[in-house]
Amino acid sequence: MSFVTQHDGLSDSMRISSARPSDYLALLKPRVMSLVVLTALAGMLIAPQPPHPVIGFAALLAIAVGAGASGALNMWYDADIDAKMARTATRPVPSGRVTPGEALAFGLVLSALSVFTLCVVTNWLAAGLLAFTIFFYAVIYTMWLKRSTPQNIVIGGAAGAFPPIVGFAAATGSVSIESAVLFAIIFIWTPPHFWALALVKAEDYARAGVPMMPNALGPDRTRLEILIYSIVLAPVGVLPALMGFASLVYGIVATLGGLAMLFYAWRVYRQREGESARKACMSLFGVSILYLFALFLVIVIENGPAALVVRAFSAAFV
Amino acid sequence: MTEPHDPGQQDSRYRLTPEQAKSRRSRNIAIALSVSFLVVLFYVVTVAKLGLGVLNKGW
Repeated sequence: MSFVTQHDGLSDSMRISSARPSDYLALLKPRVMSLVVLTALAGMLIAPQPPHPVIGFAALLAIAVGAGASGALNMWYDADIDAKMARTATRPVPSGRVTPGEALAFGLVLSALSVFTLCVVTNWLAAGLLAFTIFFYAVIYTMWLKRSTPQNIVIGGAAGAFPPIVGFAAATGSVSIESAVLFAIIFIWTPPHFWALALVKAEDYARAGVPMMPNALGPDRTRLEILIYSIVLAPVGVLPALMGFASLVYGIVATLGGLAMLFYAWRVYRQREGESARKACMSLFGVSILYLFALFLVIVIENGPAALVVRAFSAAFV
Repeated sequence: MTEPHDPGQQDSRYRLTPEQAKSRRSRNIAIALSVSFLVVLFYVVTVAKLGLGVLNKGW
């Protein structure tokens, strides 16, 4: 039976936990997990010899649970910050549905389980990379960078960019330039994506004392950096097609998506006051999610279902 | 040895509220399903890694 400390000022009093499974699921940050699954799957499928479907599924599950575990560790450590921000105040730990100790135990157990599973199912390199990703997100980003530098999400973005490399390593036991390119796309995409939201939620971050770029260096500097990162992102996003491990269709989607990112980043740069500025930021935030989702979805489709159809067609008629 | 239960004495054990009992039950079910899923997953992965040919192995 687990107990939770009451959030009514009576710190010594205990009550029996009313946490539901959905609260524990929320600790895993399911929306982030879904993007991790997609990007790791893309990394897996660009491998010269993709893994057996069952092995691939198990590996993908381990990577997703590892990402979720790092999310739980993040929510354990950041409960004080989360409680001060409207966007995160209803999370399981700050709202009192799950105790910090339970979140910590949950995160640690799932971290160990996911790394062990990936090791047993695939190889040491993939498991080691997953362990490093969890460590990077929970310790380097959450415990260190987030509260100490406005470059927090730039460097911390590496944690979110690792899944394609882990996926590729799970399939091949090695790391390649192709998986590094997918890493670079997510890494460069992260700052404009997060800073667009941070511009809108600047007051929240200021209240919580988190030195996000808009609070630490000002909104003007943030807008300029968003534009610069978007200018770099647009050509990097097309690299998979230029390097030959993604199709022309991908190249077209990446080019149009990159132009859309540039257009909305330019709007954020130009519109700095009032409701129109807020709308521009939220539009860029939404478009950035669609952009990354579209790029990796195309890679998954053309290396997954589409490749299977082509192979079956070739076997039948060629 | 435990003391014999006195029906006249007030029961000091904590009684779960219906909400607490419901959430504990749902947590238990979730854990049971997760563990069962893991067992099946490891079984299927083992078969996939070894291949069906392992069944033809001579003893």
